[in-house]
This record gives sequence, structure tokens and C-alpha cells, in this order.
Amino acid sequence: MSQSTASSDWEIVIGLEVHVQLHTRAKVFASCGWGFGQEPNEQVDAVVLGLPGTLPVVNREAVERSILFGLVVGAEIPERCAWDRKNYFYPDNPKNYQLTQKDFPVVVGGKVEIELPGASRNVMGEHKWIRLHHAHLEEDVGKLSHAGGGSLVDYNRAGVPLLEIVTEPDLRSAAEAEAFLRSLVAMLTQAGVADCDMEKGQLRCDCNVSVRPRGATKLGTRTETKNLNSISGVRDTVIYESARQIRELQAGRTIVQETRGWNAEQGRGYVLRDKEDAHDYRYFPDPDIPTLLISRDTVQRLQQQVPENLYDRQRRYMEKLALPYTAASVLVAQRRLAEWFEEAVAAYPANPQGIANLIANDLLRDLAAGSAESSGEGVSTTPAKTVDDCPLKPAQLAALVKLTDEGLISKQQAKEVFAEMFKTGQDPMVIVDQKGLKQNSDTGELEKIVREVVADPAVAKSIAEYRAGNEKAINALKGPIMKRTQGKANPGLIDQLLRKILG
Amino acid sequence: MSNALHQLSAVELSQRLQAGTLTSRALVDALIARHEAVNPKVGAFTALDIADVRAQADASDERRRQGKSRGPLEGIPVAIKDNIAVKGQPLTCSSKMLAKLVSPYDAHVTEQLRSAGAILYGRLNMDEFAMGSSTENSALQKTFNPWDLSRIPGGSSGGSAAALAAGLVPLALGSDTGGSIRQPASHCGVVGLKPTYGLVSRFGLVAFASSLDQIGPMARSVEDCELLLQVLATPDARDMTCFDASHRQPLPVAAPAALRIGVPRGFLGKGVAPEVVQALESVLDFYRRQGCAIVEVDLPSADLAVPTYYVVATAEASSNLGRYDGVRYGHRSTQASNPIEMMTNSRSEGFGPEVKRRILLGTFVLSAGYADAYYVRALRARAKIRAEYLGALAKVDVLLTPTVPTPAFKVGEKASDPLQLYLEDIFTIPANLAGLPALSVPCGRSGQLPIGFHLVGAPQSEAKLLAAGKLFEAAHGFAHQQAAL
Repeated sequence: MSQSTASSDWEIVIGLEVHVQLHTRAKVFASCGWGFGQEPNEQVDAVVLGLPGTLPVVNREAVERSILFGLVVGAEIPERCAWDRKNYFYPDNPKNYQLTQKDFPVVVGGKVEIELPGASRNVMGEHKWIRLHHAHLEEDVGKLSHAGGGSLVDYNRAGVPLLEIVTEPDLRSAAEAEAFLRSLVAMLTQAGVADCDMEKGQLRCDCNVSVRPRGATKLGTRTETKNLNSISGVRDTVIYESARQIRELQAGRTIVQETRGWNAEQGRGYVLRDKEDAHDYRYFPDPDIPTLLISRDTVQRLQQQVPENLYDRQRRYMEKLALPYTAASVLVAQRRLAEWFEEAVAAYPANPQGIANLIANDLLRDLAAGSAESSGEGVSTTPAKTVDDCPLKPAQLAALVKLTDEGLISKQQAKEVFAEMFKTGQDPMVIVDQKGLKQNSDTGELEKIVREVVADPAVAKSIAEYRAGNEKAINALKGPIMKRTQGKANPGLIDQLLRKILG
Repeated sequence: MSNALHQLSAVELSQRLQAGTLTSRALVDALIARHEAVNPKVGAFTALDIADVRAQADASDERRRQGKSRGPLEGIPVAIKDNIAVKGQPLTCSSKMLAKLVSPYDAHVTEQLRSAGAILYGRLNMDEFAMGSSTENSALQKTFNPWDLSRIPGGSSGGSAAALAAGLVPLALGSDTGGSIRQPASHCGVVGLKPTYGLVSRFGLVAFASSLDQIGPMARSVEDCELLLQVLATPDARDMTCFDASHRQPLPVAAPAALRIGVPRGFLGKGVAPEVVQALESVLDFYRRQGCAIVEVDLPSADLAVPTYYVVATAEASSNLGRYDGVRYGHRSTQASNPIEMMTNSRSEGFGPEVKRRILLGTFVLSAGYADAYYVRALRARAKIRAEYLGALAKVDVLLTPTVPTPAFKVGEKASDPLQLYLEDIFTIPANLAGLPALSVPCGRSGQLPIGFHLVGAPQSEAKLLAAGKLFEAAHGFAHQQAAL
């Protein structure tokens, strides 16, 4: 085989295993609750600790969240799913086996649409579908730490429901892997399946990478890098690991199938164990949990909860509502924001673009500013403010756009009114009245001002040009009129009066 | 029948308590006196908290005085095998690994006994983690057969059977994975029932082999067994394999007039002692005289039962016992420099030889490259055995065999030959593999040594088994017998 030399001669092949903590009240096989930031071993019970004689009971909420995910990605929901025991000894694993689904997962197949970055912020990038192999529901393990010459173990995380989402090897670059994870996170959070807070470890990835000469059909030997807890970690791992593998092959060496770790501080991967050290997990069907039958009624009920697909919504905004890509992509990124936008459009369907602009520019800016304020010294754990955290209602925003469109206030004034609405939640008309912002439409008073301006010798030249047939010359008279009315005059009315007076 | 309190049946005691001629306190005081005299010889109990038992009895008497009796078991002591959780009491499984463990919670059956007013009466010795047929595998103490103290009581519920035969308690709980209730019942001349898999919640039963384990009642009569079963057999949402209310058949039902009794072809063949053959033939004669039809049935895969069992049970056990690692509870080795070494050493020090043997066997049969040849094939054999038993039980009401091929052997006799010991369970294992109810009832003697017969029925046919057992019991003198100690 001829040795390829340039890295562009190589194709990178990536498959991801994404572990997502599901949004549930109780743990997956125990009635014990869970959450972030508790004291060690506060969130445990006899079942979580695997005390002798305790038994697992499947949490229906966790199963339904898993099914909902399957429906979001258009997967098959088999009529039965079952759990297996994965046996291995480690102090963070209370039973020394993990309950997982090896042969009968709750979700089979499915695909996720991704969007690659465009040429610029304002240009939509290429879309692609990534196939999923399956998703299975399992239990998380605890955490082992070493301190003061001893080891400590915290079982708060043990038994937290984990959905492991396994892709086909369809991803071809770090950018695609990153786009996939962003799309997946958006789908999981928008459907309420999971919160995906990576700082709390709610999403972790195992990243399988191989390379092959471009055009080859056979997959190269892959390595698996374990336990990446950020999207950037996955991106950096793909870049690092693919480069390493290409270097190895270019140097005439072979790739060893191995399990690797990633050191984010140093930006480099390292070998955890090779194939010979691979665990024999001695999987077998868990005898404590009977095969679970998933009724079609349950599936149908959950189907009702599936939100509109992210990119279907984006396409609809661009095609049906004529929004530019940037506004559409900003709005669909958050389900509540998109719904909020749609409520506003429903209240005033004439100008979706005007509504979108106010949201994308003014509303999101003010929300972001509010978040920064409440989080003080840049403490990032304060959740970002959402549309539901401000007093402004969608119908009020719609009313503001309507006022502007009807010429009652100018666009500049609209921004001022918006700032007040964002703070107080008052109706725009009330603010317009209070601030006396209403454009002057009193013909009598305005006509007087227009006549005075027309009589001013300083504009005689413009009047002459207008009368000679230069339509645009009339605009030179509008500025002084506006100035004298302090901007309150209705521009349409000024135009009318000028044309009448100048004949 | 003597009038000594320790010799009375639970039904009789219940009547006296209800009639007001006996208090629970007087009963437990009599049993405690008996315990102090006899238990040191028999070794049935590993723990008995006398103050706690007296307090429970006083509370029961108080409830009765206030007209708040909780039912027929109110004030009756029930002894519990040391692998069933009782809050605040030891849960050792007769293992060094859990020798110091005190359960922080109640098993479902324990809750049921409490709400029935029963006295939770002490902890019973067993083979370590219920692995064995002689109770010689207990890491805590030896238990001896009350009928001959040089012999084993059977196992793994040997403490339960011996306590009943020695008159230490009227009722006991055992657990049965391959015969662990029925085999010691047979060896000690008492009655033991392994319920249909799923009838009694396993929540709080320390798992040996989860797909085979069932808790069951043991007593000196079939009637007493039935009384206890009714308290145990209730739904429990904490065990997903336990039948919910909609999947339960009512207990008890009237006995059918004439049973069809199936006997497996060739079941009294090689390996069954002549005195056992003789006892069984007299049992069959009895039922024939009662108008029952005796029918030969074919169970061609029955020979696969023992090997199948020792693959399935050890595979599950190897995983179930993984949790005993010294990290959270139980024996922790002091000879370790890191957590993994600590776990390894704790297990090496904490488990006895039979438990280790089964963990190794189970680990092997699940290993990559071997699982298909052993574990997966065993599951197929299990399905075949179950199908054959269900097929046979569609034609007959019950299947009848001896419970054990031979009477109780001498202490130490088979200790060096585990394979020989595994054959003790040849008649009892199929009911576990097939999830069927099975009952052992005393039916004869070889000298002093009791012999029992074994009835297996279709799923949830406990009422039928108990009725057939009562029919035999009523016509013979084997019920209520106790060893003279």
C-alpha cells in the first residue's frame, strides 16, 4: 500500500458514545432522589448502596424519558427492553456490577440532523444526518477520590439514570463531532429529556477514532478515548488522536486498538489500557428485572410530547416567515425562545421579521446583561436568564412592533420603549403616553410649522429644485421640521403637508 | 400429645392465645427456657435477643388486651433464617464476611410478620450464603440433627429445620434455591414449602441465585405451614419478580376429592436408599387407597437438572456476591495498600471455601469464550426442563418423589466430596429451575432418622399441595414430632 503523506489524503472516522444523565426526580432503580451539589453520600439509600437483600425497581420516569428521546430522533421503540449485568470490581460501583442494556436496548436506530458552520456567521452551513445505532438506559456509578493517603468514595451519583447514546461511525471531522453534540444537546434539552449541564458532569462522551486512506472502504483500527466531559474535549481529542494515528501510519507503524484517556490541561491523550487488558464483563441477563414491555399506548402518549425538530423549525422560519438565517438560528436554539417568538407572531402576524429582530437584538442582549449582573463576579453556575425570567410578555412585544409599523412611534423610539417594557412589563402604549413619545399627527399645528420652515430663505434653493422636478430635494426640508417638533412629527404627515403647500 | 408449650403446634398455640388461656409472654418464656437447655446441643440459633423477644411478647399481649389482635399469628414466635433482613438484628448469612452486619431495614416478609403480630424470634444458622446441603458450611457454628446429634440437619436452612425438630420454636422461615427448605425439612422430620417463584417477595432476602431463590414457611405440620404462608404471600412493589395482586390466585382452596398423582418413571432407581424406597411405596399405597390415580410420567430432561442448576445458580451467585468487597460494609482486610487490593483481600479472607468454589465456577461459566458452552446452554436446558414439568403437570395434579435420596448423613461424611453432596438436591432442584411450588412432608423413619416425600405442583397450586399433604398427615403420626433432647 502506498504511503499517503498529506493529512488531506486521510479520512477520519468517528463514532461517539454519549452518556447523558436523564432529567428525573428519582434514581433509575431506587426511589432515592438525586441532584447536584449535595454533601457526599447524602443521596443514597439501601438499594443505591447495594445492601444485602435489596433489589432494583425500574423507574418508569427514566424509561419514558428514554423513549421520548427515541421518538425525538425518529428511532424504533422496541416492544420489549431488558437489563443485563456488567460485572467488574471497582470501589465506586456499589454492587460490583452495573445494570445496563446489552441486547435489548430501549431505543434502536434513529438519526440526528446536524448543521456545520457556514462560511460566515450569517451563512447557513451544510446539513447532514448522523445515524444512531441505539440508546440504552443504565445506572451511573459513584466517584472515587484519593486524599491524604487514603481513598474516599461518594455514592451520590451511583444509580443516577444514564442514557448511553451510541452513534454509527458517521462523523468525519472534529467539526462534525462538535456539530453533532450541539445538535444532540439541543434536542435533549428541548424535549426535556436531560439538562446536559456539562459543568455538572451531566454529559460525558467516549470517542472512537480511526483513520483510513481517503477512498478506502475498510475501517482502520480504532482507539477509544474515555470520559470526555465537554464538547471541546471531544473536538480536541479528535484533532489530537487523528493526527497521532496519521503520524503513526505515515511512519509505517500500525494502530493499536486501545482505550485512552484525555488530559485537557496538557491537551494530550494517553493510553489507559490495551486490548489484552480489556475487561471481561461477563454480561448476563439481570434476574431481578423482568423484561419490560413497552405498550404502544405509552409510545403514542409520549409522541405527543415530541417538540418540533430544531432544524424543521429553522427551515419553517426561513421559508414561511422569511426570517434571515441568523435570526432563525438564534430563535430555534432555545425551545422557549422559539415558542415565545411564535406567541408574539400569533398576536401580530404582519411582521415576524420585526419581532425576530427585537428578540434577537434587544431582548437577548438585555437577558444576557441581566444574567451577568445576577451572577456577580462572573460565577458561571448562575443559570442564564430566559425569556420567562423577564416581565415582558410576547403579546406586548408584538404590540410594540405594531405601533412602529403604524408609524405611531419611530424605530428609534421603539428601542427606548422596549428598554422600559423589559424592566417593568408595562404595555408599550402606556410607556408611549407616559414619555410623551407619540408622534405628532395634529395637522393644524404641524401645518403651521411646515409653513414657517418653507418660508425660511435657507431652504429656497431646495424648493426651487423640487419644483423643477427633483423629487428628492423635498427631503432637505424634512430635517428642519423634525428638529422643530423634537422628532415627534409623523413623517408621513410631513410629506403630505409639504407636497400640498409646495403645490 | 404432651402439654408442654414447646410441643404445641402454631394452630393450637393460636387458639390458646385467643382463648386467653395462654399469654405470648408465657409462651416465649417457656421457649427461652427450652432454648437455654437445648440450643447448645443442637446449634440451631446463631442469635436470640431475649430481652427484645420478651418486649415483643409483652407488646403483643397488650394489643390483645386492648382488642387489637392482628390475626392468627398474634403472639406466635417465628424464627428467621439468617439471610432474611430484620431491622436492628444481625444479617450474617452465617458468613465471616457479614459476621458483624446489623440490618438497617426489614425484609418484606419481616414487615408482614410484624403486621400480623408475630414475634420475630432469633436468627437461624445456615450454610454460608445458603450454599450447601448440610449447614456444615456455616462459618459461625455447627448445627446437628436433633434426631441424631452425630448427623447433619440438612441445609442450607438447617438451623430452621433443627429448631423446629428440637421444639425450639413453632414456626420458622427458610429460603430455598435448590432444595434448601425441603431437604433439611426431610432430614429433620418437619414440613417445608418452597412457594411458586414470585409468590413471596425476595426484598430483604440476601440473594444467592436470584432467579431461583424463594422464601418459604417451615413448621411441624402442613397446617402450620399454611398458616405462615398466608402471611408471607402478599404483593410487594419492591421486588419486580413478585406477583402483583392481579396475578395471584386465592389461598386456600378446597382440596380436590381425588388427585391425579404423577410419579416420574424410574425415580426410585440407583442412588435411592432402600428404606426411602419403602417409605415412598407406602405413601403411594396410601394415596391409592384414598382414590387417587397414580400415573407414571416421563421427564426425559430431569437428568440435566443438577448440572444445569450448578451453572445457573453459580453464575448468578458470582455476580450477586460481588458486592461484598469491604468498601461499604462487611469484613474489611487490614492487609492492603490500595482500594483494589483491599477488596481482593477482604473477599479472600471473608468467604469460606464452598462460597469461593461457587464464585469461581460461576465466574468461569460466564467468561468470554465459555459462556455459550455453559451459561447459554444451561438456560436452554432450564427452559426444556420447565416445559417438560409444565407438560406433565397439565396431565396430573402433583408430581411425587422422595425429597432426598438418603436419610441424613454423618457430620463430616461428605465434607470432602462436594460433587456427592450436590446430588442431595437431585429431586428438589427441578422445582427451582421451573419456578414451581414444592412441599416436603415427613413420611417414615430409617431408625430414628426421618424420611420425607416431595410434592411438586403447577405454578400457584400451593393450596393443592398443602391439601394433599394434610390428607397424608392426618392419617399418619409423623406430624408434630419432636426429638427427645
